[in-house]
Parts: sequence; C-alpha cells; structure tokens
Amino acid sequence: MVTAKAARRRRRVAVREEYCIGCRLCEVACVTRHSRSRDVVAAHKTESPRPGGGVRFEAAGPVSLAVSCRHCADPLCVEACLTGAMARDPGTGRVVHDPARCVGCWMCVMTCPTGVPRPDPAAHRLAFKCDLCGGDDLPACVAACPNAAAVLVEEDEP
Amino acid sequence: MLINVHRPSPVPDLDFKVPSGCGLTGLISQKGELLPGDAIYRSLCSMEERGNGLGAGYAAYGIYPDFAANRAFHLMCDTEDARRAAEAVLRRDCTIRHDEPIPTSPVKALKNIPVLWRYFLDIKPEAVERVGGGATEPDAVVRLVMEINRKVDGAFVFSSGRNMGIFKGVGNPEEIGEFFRIPAYRANVWIGHNRFPTNSVSWWGGAHPFGLLDWSLVHNGEISSYGTNRRYLESYGYWCTLQTDTEVMAYLFDLLVRRHGLDFDLAAQVMAAPFWTRIEREEDPEARRLSSALRAVYGGALVSGPFAVLVSDGKSLVGLNDRIKLRPLVAARKGSVSYIASEEAAIRCICPDPEALWMPDAGVPTVVTVEA
Amino acid sequence: MARTRVAPDFAVRRDTARCINCKACVRLCANGVHVWDEVAGAPVADESKCVGCHFCEEHCPTRALSIERAPAETTSGGHWTRSAIRGIGRQAETGGILLGAMGNDRPQMAYFDRLVLNAAQVTNPSIDPLREPMELKTFIGSRPDRIEIARGAGGRPRLGAPLPPLLEIETPIMFSAMSYGSISLNACRSLAGAAGEIGTCWNTGEGGLHPDLESCADRAIVQVASGRFGVTPEYLARAAAIEIKVGQGAKPGIGGHLPGGKVTEDVSRTRRIPVGSDAISPAPHHDIYSIEDLKQLIFALKEATRYSKPVGVKIAAVHNVASIAIGIVHAGADFIAIDGIRGGTGAAPSVIRDHVGIPIELALASVDQRLREEGLRHRVSIIAAGGIRSSADVLKAIALGADAVYIATAALVALGCHVCRTCYLGKCNWGIATQDPALTRRLNPEVGQTRAANLLRAWSHEIKEMLGGMGVNAIESVRGNRDHLRGVGLSQVELDLLGIKHAGSPW
Repeated sequence: MVTAKAARRRRRVAVREEYCIGCRLCEVACVTRHSRSRDVVAAHKTESPRPGGGVRFEAAGPVSLAVSCRHCADPLCVEACLTGAMARDPGTGRVVHDPARCVGCWMCVMTCPTGVPRPDPAAHRLAFKCDLCGGDDLPACVAACPNAAAVLVEEDEP
Repeated sequence: MLINVHRPSPVPDLDFKVPSGCGLTGLISQKGELLPGDAIYRSLCSMEERGNGLGAGYAAYGIYPDFAANRAFHLMCDTEDARRAAEAVLRRDCTIRHDEPIPTSPVKALKNIPVLWRYFLDIKPEAVERVGGGATEPDAVVRLVMEINRKVDGAFVFSSGRNMGIFKGVGNPEEIGEFFRIPAYRANVWIGHNRFPTNSVSWWGGAHPFGLLDWSLVHNGEISSYGTNRRYLESYGYWCTLQTDTEVMAYLFDLLVRRHGLDFDLAAQVMAAPFWTRIEREEDPEARRLSSALRAVYGGALVSGPFAVLVSDGKSLVGLNDRIKLRPLVAARKGSVSYIASEEAAIRCICPDPEALWMPDAGVPTVVTVEA
Repeated sequence: MARTRVAPDFAVRRDTARCINCKACVRLCANGVHVWDEVAGAPVADESKCVGCHFCEEHCPTRALSIERAPAETTSGGHWTRSAIRGIGRQAETGGILLGAMGNDRPQMAYFDRLVLNAAQVTNPSIDPLREPMELKTFIGSRPDRIEIARGAGGRPRLGAPLPPLLEIETPIMFSAMSYGSISLNACRSLAGAAGEIGTCWNTGEGGLHPDLESCADRAIVQVASGRFGVTPEYLARAAAIEIKVGQGAKPGIGGHLPGGKVTEDVSRTRRIPVGSDAISPAPHHDIYSIEDLKQLIFALKEATRYSKPVGVKIAAVHNVASIAIGIVHAGADFIAIDGIRGGTGAAPSVIRDHVGIPIELALASVDQRLREEGLRHRVSIIAAGGIRSSADVLKAIALGADAVYIATAALVALGCHVCRTCYLGKCNWGIATQDPALTRRLNPEVGQTRAANLLRAWSHEIKEMLGGMGVNAIESVRGNRDHLRGVGLSQVELDLLGIKHAGSPW
C-alpha cells in the first residue's frame, strides 16, 4: 500500500553529462535487467529478441549522454496514447508501458520531448521504455554506472 | 656475590624498562606536623598482595632538620671502592658537611645489600657556573646526579633533596621498613611504595620512590609512551638509567614544574591531558587556547598507559591518574592530615574514620599543600 | 628507420565466449588498444599499445577481458632482466632518456616491511577504540620548547604568549604535492574535497591554485618551487601553509617538466604561463644556491604572509639528509617534508627515479635523531613521504619520528590509478594524469572525494586500532617511540641507524 505522501514523489533517472564517460554500460545493464535470464552474457548472446533498451545514448566528441525517461508529472506520452497502454502509476509516479495494450500508433514517440520511447518497426509496436526497473531499489543503469553519472533523482511533485 | 647497584643488563644498553604493578600510599600534614613513620609503614604493609617482595620504599620529608639547608644525598654502591669513586666526584663539585652510613637494622631476609651512605653537602658555586647558560644550583645537582649514575660504575645516587630522604631496596615493605628503621623517623610528608615487578630483574636502585632534587615519586602502572617520553627528556638533559618507566614521570615533574614553572594542575594537564573532545567543549576561549597549546607544545610529555602516581616536593602531596583511570587511587582527609593510596583499606587501617573519602577522577590531580 | 622492435609488455586476453560485443573497451581505451573489426564483427586488440592500466578490464561488463604480463621472459638469467634488455632496446630505438612515472620499480628495500609493531598484554591493558577516545589530532609547525603562563583574574592561568602558527590536522596523513597540470582538475577536486571532509591538508604542488579550488584553500599547502608557477600574493595568502620545494624523492637533484601538450588554457591561467608552452622547473631554485639563500626565501614568504602560517621545505632523502635538515631548521623552516627513494612522480628519468636517494625509513630515523641531539626537534615538524602504502607504514613512520606523512600514489590509487606508470603519456584512462576532456570526465570528483576520504577514514581507523592495541590513546605517545618498533632480519648497522632493537629483544 502506497501512502498519499509517497504518491507525490517523482522518481527518475538523471544523467549528469559532465561525468558520463560514454561506456554505455547502462545500456548493457538495462538489457540484462529486462532479460528473461538476467544473465549478462545470455541476455546479449542467446536471448531473442534482445530485451531492454530503456536508455538511449548520444555522443559527440568528448561529450556523451545517456538519456532515459524522465517520468514526467504530466506526461505527454500518456495524454497522447490511444489505448491506455502508456499510463502513469499514481502510486509510484512511474510512467509505464503495457505492451499487451499497445497498438503501435507511435503517438508517444511523436510527443515525447526527450525522444525516449522508441518504435520497434518489426513488431509494429513500442519496443520498450524505461520502467525504473519495477520495484528495485536502484534502477540497473544507475547501479551499473561506473562514474555515478547516472543517478536516481527523487523529488516532490510541484 | 651478586652485584646490585651495577644495573643488571640482559641487553647491553641501558634504555630499557621493567614494567611493574604496585601499591602506593602517602600522607601529608597540611599544618606541617611531623607524622611518625609507623603510620606509613602500617598503611603500606596492609597492601601485601600488591607487591611480590621484589621492591619497597619510603620517602620522608622534614627528617633532617639539623641539615635542613644542605643537600642530602643518599648513595647505594656495590663496593667501598665504588663509593669512594663517587665521593671523589662529589668532592669535586661539593663541600661535604657531614657523611655517614645510612642507619639500618639487620633483617635476615634481605640479600645483596649494597653499601648505603648519606652525604650532607653544598654544591660549590663554580660547579653551578660550569653548567653554564644561566644554570642554577638545582641544574648542577641534576647534572651531578646524572653523571654519577651514568658514569661511576657501581655507584648510584637515589636521593638528592633537602631535609628529605628516600629509603628503598629489594624486599617487602616490612623488611625494607625495618631495615631502614622507618617507624623511627618523623616527617610531615610520607610516600610509600610496594612493588610487583613483572620481570625478575630487580635491583635495589630499581625500587620506588624515585627521587631527584626534592622530588620523590611512586608509581603504579606501565607507561606505554615511555619511548616518546624518554627521548623527549633526553633533549632536556635527562638520561633515563634506571631501567624502569617510572623514572620518566619524576623527570617530567622536574622539567614541567621546576624548570618550566607550571603548577601541578597544568603539569597534570600535560601528563594526563584532557581529551580533545573536552577541550573543544570548553567555553572560555582563554582556557581552550591554553589547553590546546599545552597539548601542541608538550605532546612529548603526554603519558599514555595505565598509571597512578604520588609525587611530592616536600611542600605538596600530589596524586594523579592516567587519562582514563586504569589504575586505582583513593583520597581521604581527616583534620589537617590528608591521605592518598591505591586502596581504601590502606587509608582506613591508619585513619579508620576519615571526614571525607573520595575517588579522584581520571587525569584530575589531587593536590594537598602544606600551609605556609 | 627500421620497424620498431619493441615487443608488447602486456597480453590482452579476451574470452570470446563471454564477450557480448558491447564495444565498451573500444570506446574507453584512450591508447587505442581495442579496435572494432567490422569484418569479423568483433573487437580485436593491438597489444603493443597497452600500458596495463586495467581500465578496460575493470569496465568490461562480462569480465571477458584480462590484461596479463606478456610472458616473453629471456633465457639470459637473473642479471640481464627483461626490463634491462627492454630499456636498452628502447634507447637503441630512440637515443633518448628512458622516462618513468610513479614510484621506484626496483626491489629497493622497504624497511617498513622489516619493522613490526608492539601490543599490550596483561601489565598494560589494551584500549578499545570503540569505547574510549583515540586521538590522532596532529600539529604541524614550529613550537617553543616551553609555554609561558600568565595569570588572569583570580589567578586563572592563560597563555602568556601566543604560539607560532600551527597547522592542525585531524589525522597524521596529508596528500602530497600533485599539481593541477600533472593531474586533472577533477583529481585535484577529489583530494582537496577529501582533505576538507577529513580535516587534513592537500598540496597544490607547483600548479598554482585553480579558481575552482579556492574554496578548499584553507586546507591547502601551496608550493613554491623552482619554476615559481602560479605563485602570487593571493596564492600565498589563501593557503594554510607554504612549502618550498627543493627536491622530490623520485628525482632528487633534477627539475620538472610539464609537456606543453598538458598546458591547456585552464592550466596556463592557473600557472600563469602561455598555453602550450612547456612548463620547466629548473633543477635548482636559481635564487637558492646556499642555505643563506634558502633562509632569505623562507623569511620573504613569512613576511609576505605576515607570519600567519607555517613555511616549510621539502627535500629528497639523500645521503647527508640529517645535516641538511639541521640547516633547514636553522634557516627558519617550520616543517621539513622528506621524500624517500620510493616516492612517486608524473615523469622522471627512470635511471634517477630508481637509483638516486635513500629509503625514507633511514632518512627519517637519522633526521629525527640528529634534530633531538641538537635540541631542535620541537622547532620543526617532520613530514615523511615516499612509498607509504598502508596505515601500518604510517604508524611505523610516526614511531620512527615523523609528525605526519604525505601520501600521493596511495591517494591516486584510491581514485582509480592502477600504477601503470605512464602518467607522462597524458592518456590516463582513469582521468587522473591527463588534461584530455574526454578522459578527465571519467573521474567524477564526488566519487573521487568519497573514495579518497574513505581511504583516510579507513587508515585512521586502523591506526586507532593499533594504538589501542599498544595501550595508547593519543598519537603523540607513539611519535618517535621506537620502543614500539622491532626489526626483523636487519643487520646491527641497520638497527642502529633506525634506532630500534631486533624482534625478540625485551624492553
């Protein structure tokens, strides 16, 4: 049971650009965490389709940045979703995606200001989006970041 | 025959120490009355289990009124030859007013008794000048005592104050007390010590009290900072030759109180320094500054390890414990007489109904001074 | 010129069964060891470029990588070692001086490893540091030999004359000089932050004081070295103490050289030299050719700072270090930092690093003893440096006579350094000895500060445990207390020099 106070907390993963070293171990960790085996080698070498992809990575020269869902207080993706596949969990504040309800309209892809949701053209639905690793204390990308560039931010909603 | 004054040395150099456990007792008349030696004798003998027969001793102040203005040197020597060699050094620096064997009574149990002699003397002014650097008579005495103890083989000065004397040896408090006829002396400050050395090496000079100038000091404990304190004292011209850590305490009192002019409270703050947490809680900034400065400047004189000491300069009797009170010390008072001892029993056996009896706190000195 | 004949030092082992082709190694290696082979669809390694920093190994998510020593041992026996042969090979290629970094890599005798500490049993109870206070607070600076007491109202004692300025540190471990330039700003931030967090000092080296570090200046020992880089009145005014650098254990008798490549715009501003110019610190201070000259500089600095902070001198441990130290005290220094033959550096000729100077333990023992004999010990603090690896080394140095120690290599190892000894290449994968913005960001100063502070915390904890074991509750009771040390397997000459007895000797 989540208290009313907790419901007003917003959790998200933030990446501090100045310390992102471009190793992309956050991606590896995300894939592993969302795999069936949760084994890093198996997740990447044997599982098909490859799971995860909640972190997107951008780099230019020395600057690199891992981008993941900000779990907005008023998420545009939720507003735009035709089927309710994209929804905000009022308890945890997480913006989660239910693949079973997704029809692949990609309105979320169109509306997200940070470009987080990515389409899976083959399956004609949304590939994956960050779910803050369910109930884990720390999202896998944060735990895997070797330079504490990826951090979990908890803040009160405005 | 075993040589006693020539310090027994399992290792060739002199800078080692013998840890020991012990019983202490002391009393003082604030009115300057002379208290019979019988009291300290009974008090010390009551703490039988605190010694093992390997050392006992007494210090008494006010016992030489006829020579009150002269230095009283007590010497122990292996042989007559050694005594004569030491005497030659004394004659170089001193005018000897009187000398005689220290009076003793035969005690069967005592073995390896050295030649025991006392000299009443004055340091020649030229001997003081020779020390140089604005030195005073006490500096010359310190130098002379150090010289004999370090350089004259088989001779050892164990008491060098005025109107006071130290009596000590290898034996239990009864034996040493009877031997030196302690109950017959009358003194206004008494200190006694019963020794339990944890090392079988024991020699007459290694017994307590330790003395230098008017200082006498008895100690129960082990000084873990000995190496630091010894090297600190060496830079002030004190050489530790007695194979026991207690020696450093005596020299520290001399350095801090006589030479550096600290009173007993400040000297105690150096040796059993208050913890930084306490200093930082001190509200008076002046006091805080002083406490910090004492620790910053006198770190080499901080005494670590468990200890209880009694020290006197003839005017005061001071009891002091280590910083966390790892050794016992009890104090009491009745009328003008105050008592400090390792055990309450050692006080009650000579003062059954004290007006006050208390346990001094760790690192806080108990200072009782003779009224002027 | 014929093809380079130098064989790789390291072998890169990649377990292809575990490799997931994530390319982390490819992206991360600044030396270009790991390369993505498009044809094979897998990473391959150019081992000749590997310096053995183990960055890839530690970041490989599947532990598919291991970096091993290349097994190319020669058959020529003990005298002609691999490093001797490789050194000659390199010099035959280049005709130049062999460069090295970090500390001595010869098996110089570590006397610390031949010293053992004491503990209390029965006659003297050990003290439990979890229950009783255990004090490490240390002062650095010159002290009078006695305190003047004045009497205030009601006879209350107070300090009769103020003490000379003293540096107060909460643990007897400080960070040794490493300049911004030789290490990254993030490395400086990490150490400066940790020093502030723990209550000890860091040292600017000859790098000046970067504006970002000014907030940490109250815990900074600022260096004045032969190049005088970054020395301004403000620099001196902000510092906790000033250190004149005469020598360094890794390179006694020679100067320093920061290659122009490391002199970025930011470094140039901090050092006050043009961008891209080599920062050359001459071997001697060209205004110090004698002890009188040193005295002038010491007092010039004291005057400049109105006698408000300690001014010390850092020297390398050389044969007559004790007499030199005495001279330095007479010249007015408040502390002497002595850096032994195992001290580190960002770059030095290997031949000097490995063969010039003496071990810190012997230097320290002889300096402490001589200063005591001269009655000067209270006038100066001794800081020992050069190869301190553990809290035991710290405590042994203090028992030999040091007031505090400097650590540098150990501090960098806490930040991630794996002592690959190629700092002078400027491609430090750990973001420490580099100014490349792609690399310096790899050292998050928050993480670095925590790690460096943790190291100090851990060592302080261990020192307290050892003190308690000895039955001592303040560090000053172990300072110069050689009774608490014993030597194992040392000759009488060595024991005498160290002023200790052999293990098995009683008190």
